[in-house]
Amino acid sequence: MATVTEHLETPAYDGPFRRPTETQKGIVSWLTTVDHKRIGILYGCTALLFFLIGGSEALLIRLQLAHPNGHVLTAEQYNQIFTMHGITMIFLVVMPLGAAFFNYLIPLMIGARDVAFPRLNAFSYWTFLFGGLFLYSSFFLGGAPQCGWFCYAPLSTMGLPTTIGTLFYAIGLQITGVASLVASVNFVTTIINMRAPGMSFFKMPMFIWMSLVTNFLLLFAMPVIAVALFELLFDTAFGTNFFNPAQGGDPVLWQHMFWMFGHPEVYILILPAMGIVSEVLPTFSRKPLFGYTFVAFSGVAIGFMGWGVWAHHMFAVGLGPIANSAFAISTMFIAVPTGVKIFNWLGTMWGGKISFTTPMLFSVGFITMFTIGGLSGVTHSIVPSDYQQTDTYYIVAHFHYVLFGGAIFGLMSGIYYWYPKLTGKLLSEKLGKTHFWIMLIGFNVTFAPFHILGLQGMARRYYRYPAHQGFDFWNMVSTIGSFIIAFSILIFLINIVLTKFKGKPSGDDPWDARTIEWSIPNPTPHYNYLEIPVVHERDDWWHKKYSEDEQGNLVPVVAGASDEAVAHAEHAEPHMPKPSYWPLVAAAALPLFGYGVIFQWALGALGAVVLLVGIYGWAMEPVE
Amino acid sequence: MKPRARLVAALACVSLLAVGCARNAPLDTLRPQGPIAHQIYGLWNMVFILAVVVFVLVEGAIVFALFRFRRRKGDDSAPKQTHGNTRLELTWTIIPMLLLGSIAIPTVAGIFSLARVPKGALNIQVQAQQWWWKYNYPKQNGIEASFTNANELHIPVGRPIWLSLNSNDVIHSYWVPALAGKQDVVPARTNHLKIEASHPGTYLGTCVEFCGLSHANMRLRVIAQEPADFEKWAANQARNLMMPTSALGKKGMKVFLAQQCVGCHTIRGTAAAGNVGPDLTHVATRETFAGGIFAFNTHNLRLWLSDAPAEKPGSKMPAGIATMGLSHSDINALIAFLEGLK
Repeated sequence: MATVTEHLETPAYDGPFRRPTETQKGIVSWLTTVDHKRIGILYGCTALLFFLIGGSEALLIRLQLAHPNGHVLTAEQYNQIFTMHGITMIFLVVMPLGAAFFNYLIPLMIGARDVAFPRLNAFSYWTFLFGGLFLYSSFFLGGAPQCGWFCYAPLSTMGLPTTIGTLFYAIGLQITGVASLVASVNFVTTIINMRAPGMSFFKMPMFIWMSLVTNFLLLFAMPVIAVALFELLFDTAFGTNFFNPAQGGDPVLWQHMFWMFGHPEVYILILPAMGIVSEVLPTFSRKPLFGYTFVAFSGVAIGFMGWGVWAHHMFAVGLGPIANSAFAISTMFIAVPTGVKIFNWLGTMWGGKISFTTPMLFSVGFITMFTIGGLSGVTHSIVPSDYQQTDTYYIVAHFHYVLFGGAIFGLMSGIYYWYPKLTGKLLSEKLGKTHFWIMLIGFNVTFAPFHILGLQGMARRYYRYPAHQGFDFWNMVSTIGSFIIAFSILIFLINIVLTKFKGKPSGDDPWDARTIEWSIPNPTPHYNYLEIPVVHERDDWWHKKYSEDEQGNLVPVVAGASDEAVAHAEHAEPHMPKPSYWPLVAAAALPLFGYGVIFQWALGALGAVVLLVGIYGWAMEPVE
Repeated sequence: MKPRARLVAALACVSLLAVGCARNAPLDTLRPQGPIAHQIYGLWNMVFILAVVVFVLVEGAIVFALFRFRRRKGDDSAPKQTHGNTRLELTWTIIPMLLLGSIAIPTVAGIFSLARVPKGALNIQVQAQQWWWKYNYPKQNGIEASFTNANELHIPVGRPIWLSLNSNDVIHSYWVPALAGKQDVVPARTNHLKIEASHPGTYLGTCVEFCGLSHANMRLRVIAQEPADFEKWAANQARNLMMPTSALGKKGMKVFLAQQCVGCHTIRGTAAAGNVGPDLTHVATRETFAGGIFAFNTHNLRLWLSDAPAEKPGSKMPAGIATMGLSHSDINALIAFLEGLK
């Protein structure tokens, strides 16, 4: 490593746009980082913080509903809390957790040193963070959104005690939407253009396939919601009439646009978890993914079909029997590619030697719980039956089985699985398994009763419910369950803290894994690969360790036979992109625009100046 | 232990579901009380049984695989490496397609049958607003003269009811689970909903589209009566108010007509012709008031007239004592007047 120093020389240019030189230490290095791994960690930590906030909101909701006629929150507080719980969990937790995995893993799994546009990547994170903070600042600046995460017009634009929350909603989601949009451009480009030599599309890890589909969905879905949010903002702030029926506007238009984004969004939330599970199951079954092409193409099929089912959120709106029939049928058939995935995961485990490590438990938890959510999803497609169930707790049960039992369990699996890549340490298996079992029990105690409550006719979004309607018992059970979940999350946090101080080094390949990111040291060096790998096989790292004979039996490769590590010591440390202040500066402009619209135009003008400075600095800063 | 624990948990869930639905729940979707709700219930049963069968098979296979193919202690050998089986995968793609295709047929048939305009139906117009329901009964077979009512929908048994739904402000949704599925009520659109009750009785309902602050306080009930009883009720509803006879009632009427009450409420036969709140001409014939959240009795009326917004957040009805300046004796008189409006 003697040659490293030559790249750390002071740059020749020393003007106002010089780049920070310290890349790996101190707070400034985090504020200016363009390293995809650090941005991934920032995304993940921020999302986990929001997870704690959104979870606390869930506990408040459950406390309010533990008894009939609850008095913990007022009607207005309750409406704000359930709205922010939904917005937080979807836009500030599950989406950015997905982004954290994309950031950290995509370059590693395709054998690249960074993403295609490192500074844009940093801009995406800061924009997301500021969007989230902007949304939460509403609590102190006149009231949080209270229109539900779906924010139906004309309630949101004119039917609430105050519409300031709607403004925060429209602008806040616009800002986080910019973050998702630029990130999707970045990841699509990275996956298509920066794969290591030899890694053809059908040699990509399944997580990369699912990432590619997800990011295409983001690329096309975010503009839809962007237009809708602008219209909502204009209706609310400037008195336009896109959704105002009194002036010829159409409130159902908002619903169409919202769900045309909102349903692909569901797959944006679940596909990354499906990708994670597709990596974890083969590793711990010690078998390749069963039917790789079926799994990949079913993901692509979901990506396409996800655009044709949005109106199943609107069966009761009154679209007429023809539209309802068409969307019923498309909704039924989107269950097919999802079912294919479940069966292929089963096929992966079948005949394997399954080790029940924590990541494996969470992946199995994903499959079993997601199956329940998938089946209740199919029941929604029976439109007449959905006329009874829509807008009841039955739906709340369904999407928590999909987004918590599905997405969160899958993402947890990923966190336990790839944790050594971040820190070089394994999270405690003992605490991890405890976390899993308590979370699985708490999850089912919380959300299984919602099926019953919904079928018994308990409507959603009620800040209180009357006694003697058969709702008391199961609500109490659910509230108890929610605290069991909270306890399991506490164990997870303790695990992280203990691992930080007491965790033992994991070694480079603790799981005997399959994909190439495990061929490099833990924690990952900041340049990822000293030498860009050449990929020969699907699950290339596995095939460097083992080969198969004709009967499909595994034969370990003789040590050293394919080991190229010896040559590495001679290489110079790769040249990595330098950090930059400007993504942070440019991103800081967006909330200023938002406050400008809501409070004082001067703030918007300030935002314009900051944005100009940010973009100018970005464009003009030297490469070195 | 682990797979067995999961199996036990799954069985527990199913049995709890069965137990749970046996409890007394007036909004239960699984106890239909009319032909339309019954038709929906049939479809639900079909898909529920199918879902349970798939659930048991899939989860059973997963649990079996986890148990059967777990790695034993000390076994470091590698399993046989299988990469896929196209025929098998095609099978588990095609079977779900056929299964779903087969449930699509009754589903589509059900959608069209529910949308069909019934013959000989009683037509009623429903107008939704934050946070109560207004019903207009036009003159037709069975109704001698048109009238307006609120929150409690009276219907004759054995005759389909064709509701035409409109909203005055935001989107609401009309739902009486025992009689039919729900129908959103969208401003500037007229949606329709068909309901029918087989037996006389009171069936609870509620607004199920989030409609703001007091969304939870926008309930309703449907009272199904024998046709003769219904016609009697309708004839009474069409009459003007019943004049108070007691001194207190007369005083109450005076207070009512002198106050801002008249700006919002109608009492047919008086000068009160407001259109913001419910028609009170026969308010005492209702079981409940204030969006169906209170039983109609003296105690609740006193609470309501004293401070309506405290009982129902966001209510347009001003606080009687603090805002309107009513005295306690005014309120007593108003109660006597309202209780006489049969």
